[in-house]
Amino acid sequence: MNLFEILRFAVRGVTANKLRSALTTLGILIGVGAVILLVAVGNGSAKQITDRIAALGTNTLTVQSTSRGGASSTAITVETAEALRDPVLAPDVRSVSPVVSASATITYQGADHSVQQFVGTYPTYFGASNTPVGTGTAFTEEDVAQGRRVLVIGRTVAEELFPGVEPVGAEVTVGGSLFTVVGVLEEKSSSSGFQDANDVAIAPLTAVQQTLTGYGPVSSVVVEAAGSDRVDEAQAQIATILDQRLKVSTTGSGNGSNPNSSPYRIQNASQLLETQSETADTFTVLLGAVAGISLLVGGIGITNIMLVTVTERTREIGIRKALGAPRRVILTQFLAEATMLSLTGGGLGVAAALIGSRFTVVGVKPVIVPSSIALALGVSVAIGLFFGSVPASRAAGLRPIDALRYE
Amino acid sequence: MIGPLGNGADDRSTGSGHPPVLDVRELTKVYGEGEAAVHALRGVNLVVERGDYVAIMGSSGSGKSTLMNIVGCLDVPTSGRYLLDGVDVSRLNDRQLALVRNRLIGFVFQAFNLIPRTSALANVELPLAYAGVPAAERRRRALAALDMVGLAGRAGHEPNQLSGGQQQRVAVARALVTEPALVLADEPTGNLDSRSTADMLTIFDELNAAGRTIVLITHEPEVGSRARRLIKLFDGQISADVRQDGPAGAGGADRMLDQPTATMERIP
Ligand SMILES: Nc1ncnc2c1ncn2[C@@H]1O[C@H](COP(=O)(O)OP(=O)(O)OP(=O)(O)O)[C@@H](O)[C@H]1O
Ligand SMILES: [Mg+2]
Repeated sequence: MNLFEILRFAVRGVTANKLRSALTTLGILIGVGAVILLVAVGNGSAKQITDRIAALGTNTLTVQSTSRGGASSTAITVETAEALRDPVLAPDVRSVSPVVSASATITYQGADHSVQQFVGTYPTYFGASNTPVGTGTAFTEEDVAQGRRVLVIGRTVAEELFPGVEPVGAEVTVGGSLFTVVGVLEEKSSSSGFQDANDVAIAPLTAVQQTLTGYGPVSSVVVEAAGSDRVDEAQAQIATILDQRLKVSTTGSGNGSNPNSSPYRIQNASQLLETQSETADTFTVLLGAVAGISLLVGGIGITNIMLVTVTERTREIGIRKALGAPRRVILTQFLAEATMLSLTGGGLGVAAALIGSRFTVVGVKPVIVPSSIALALGVSVAIGLFFGSVPASRAAGLRPIDALRYE
Repeated sequence: MIGPLGNGADDRSTGSGHPPVLDVRELTKVYGEGEAAVHALRGVNLVVERGDYVAIMGSSGSGKSTLMNIVGCLDVPTSGRYLLDGVDVSRLNDRQLALVRNRLIGFVFQAFNLIPRTSALANVELPLAYAGVPAAERRRRALAALDMVGLAGRAGHEPNQLSGGQQQRVAVARALVTEPALVLADEPTGNLDSRSTADMLTIFDELNAAGRTIVLITHEPEVGSRARRLIKLFDGQISADVRQDGPAGAGGADRMLDQPTATMERIP
């Protein structure tokens, strides 16, 4: 009896009990699909966090005021920010961009759009915050000095206000003042949390102060270090300057000084990146564990179906042996059946996971980890093969009459 | 060649020069052990020559099926020797046993043992497939065998769509399709009405007339009386062994040709 003939027997065996075959396939499908998709979700959320932080720029520091009352002595102003740009006291600082932000509504030819973040800053902000301009240009130092009302808008703003129209050069109204759009930002990949990173508008600091916020303290100061390895030094340098300017008592800092008493806070993107990616790693490990459990459960399901069928198949094997089937032929047939079911189920599981990963799952875009495909497929197919063929091999070794009497 | 069961007539010689088909010596079979041990066979001696037609009768539980399973190479005895065509079966390996079961013996189970969810035709084709017969030829012969037992119209039916008697006839067709030299049938007429029984016996008579050795188990005296030799089993031992002048004797096959049903002539 040749191999082709045996394979035809296997196909017939698989199709003879369609429900059983379908259940086995489904068990493997779910096991494989769940593992791949869960790992992909974990990986995707980790990627999202790193992307988000990388989007901030890894060699930037953000200085924010912590005092709520806005006592004039501790408020961070444009002057405070300017003081940070000091080649002698702060040699590792490349650029300093004070930032004021407001929410504002932009109007263009009757259409209006309420922009989430309306930012006033220096041109260095584009580089420091990693928000390059896509079309048109950024504004210049001179624009800031002159307080020119020019505007760079994010992708979302451009799509909302200028559907199918070139925004650069258009005149829009913000808070009753006329601004000229000079550029559109490149699309930012990750949306940070509930905020749309592309729903921004950036204008010269002076123009925003004039029209929207007034000349009070700034919201934050974005400081760019000379390099990603100079971040810690830059942080120490600007801390010294700030302590000096804001008259923070350094006397008590040695023992038990309350960090909350400091009127400012410096956020370090690379530190953030580290802690966040650690969290993301934990998350991936957790999801991996869940995936492992689902693989186990799927495996038990497969095992169960395979074992439940053993009684019936053992009798069948007894009949086949009684009719003159050699052990080898029976083994080949059952191995082929198990292979077909496992591979079909595994393949469909991979396909299901690939399709599922195209959708956003709980706000996360899954990113497939190739090794998880290999692992899930390998384990499920191995389980299917093992439990599909081991009982068969045992039954094939029995005397026909014992196999026929098996209960 | 008349049909699938028609050749092999040259093997009709009864022994001279050939070893007996079956040679069973002091065969015992014990199921279980200790207190619960069941002595199903207690020293059976039996020699069956080529071309013989043997019926085994005996009360339920007397060990008929046990003996048949051992003779059919499906089970092994607890002690004693069993020579099949002069060969000690206990010395055969798995591959050789498979060959014996496939080529030499046609076995009809008391419980039919058809493969579930598989058509009657596929069930009958199965032994031919294991014998390596090409698909087209297999199909032709399987259909012929089904036709012989009067089930040509049920070829596509699965076992659970067939009546008990029809399943039994499929099982007979499956045992005969390989044209085995030795036919072992465990109550092949147990589920049949008198007319189907007569058809079935006709088939066996013709097979025997064509030189095949037949051993069948039965509870029905009229079936037993058709055989040339009647063996009675009682409590695991042979209690009677008589030669009889059954209709399957010398003129049997000729007489059968007069019957309208299930004759060999119908087989292409
Ligand atoms: N697998 C087994 N385990 C234990 N005892 C068994 C087994 N098979 C048969 N027996 C016992 O062996 C004895 C003979 O059984 P066997 O099947 O040979 O009877 P039988 O003559 O074919 O009966 P029937 O006419 O009812 O088919 C019975 O007492 C039975 O209970
Ligand atoms: Mg019996």
